[in-house]
Amino acid sequence: MAEQKPEFWRWHEYTWRDEGKNWKDYEKITAGVDIGSVSSKAAIMVDGELYSYSLFRTGSSSPDSAHKAIQGCLDGTGMTLDDIKFIVGTGYGRVNVPFAHKTVTEIACHARGANSMNAGVRTILDMGGQDCKAILCDENGKVQQFLMNDKCAAGTGRGMEVVSDLLSVPIGDIGPLSLGVDREPPPVSSTCVVFAKTEAVGLLREGFNVAEVLAAYCAAMAHRVVTLIQRVGVKKEFAITGGISKNAGVVKRIEKELGVEAVEIAPDAQLAGAIGAANFAKDLLAKQMARAAG
Amino acid sequence: MLANYGYSDGSGTYYITLDTDKCDGCRDCVTACPQQMFLVEPDDYDDDKAVIKEAMRKDVKYLCAPCKPTAGPRELPCETACTPRAIVHSW
Repeated sequence: MAEQKPEFWRWHEYTWRDEGKNWKDYEKITAGVDIGSVSSKAAIMVDGELYSYSLFRTGSSSPDSAHKAIQGCLDGTGMTLDDIKFIVGTGYGRVNVPFAHKTVTEIACHARGANSMNAGVRTILDMGGQDCKAILCDENGKVQQFLMNDKCAAGTGRGMEVVSDLLSVPIGDIGPLSLGVDREPPPVSSTCVVFAKTEAVGLLREGFNVAEVLAAYCAAMAHRVVTLIQRVGVKKEFAITGGISKNAGVVKRIEKELGVEAVEIAPDAQLAGAIGAANFAKDLLAKQMARAAG
Repeated sequence: MLANYGYSDGSGTYYITLDTDKCDGCRDCVTACPQQMFLVEPDDYDDDKAVIKEAMRKDVKYLCAPCKPTAGPRELPCETACTPRAIVHSW
């Protein structure tokens, strides 16, 4: 039997729960479910405080991915889906979250989420699995301007997965490896992943090593999104959300090209959409309760 | 909010900017566009605002081409129809 090739692009799935809280002590339980093209995230909030969250890979079925993500948040808590008073769906697959009470675009959710995780954030660069967005928001996390690029996979997580697989480098190692080079080859194509892949192979043939080729790819990706963000302008603080925010090789190069440092947003920048959605859910629930009270 | 619909690719940058602070949801753009690219729908903050239909956002270069003469003065039906001047093309 053929030897099984390791899957280098496979990133780590996980769930988290605040053990110090008992959800039964809280009144307003809301959730946000962010079904991206590559990863599915869910976050549960109790009275506006983060209670649990999960991060999984998106499968071929959006409804199944949505169930898996929310189940990851519920497991071990004794809470059921019915205990959550308001659920907002967002992301690429938001129309396919069967249990969501409302959908909100990921643009609004990322702005809200990043702003709620770090109140100073005004510029958000969301580097997702299949698209990339530059967003400006006000002090309340409300979107003031946005720009999106989803025409091609260059500058996205999917592109990074392709390169990780091509060069047999685990996806989490790409950033550090790409930063450790002494010389950088010319950047590869920044407008097409298929061309970028061809050019990466070409660079290997020319004698550049794997780390150098990764540096070329990270530089191309950084340049691609910098042109996007320069169209909207950068207002401080600047934050990067989405999966690529975990790739230091791209983040450092963006910071260098823009001349602005990205701020940390805890607990996990990839969850900004889900946390923003849970925040929207909290407001919508409050509105619903106010209406019911007359 | 300035909503930029479109993309930039190897051939150039193509964005239609809709200023939702100016847009009053009057639907004049919906009737003016020969390609029926506009739609008025509630946004994330529950106000009725014009948007470019999602399926058309990746094709604006081609869909808008018939309204853009290569020479001479250019008056775009959408830009002209919009009384609050909320619509601007980047190219």
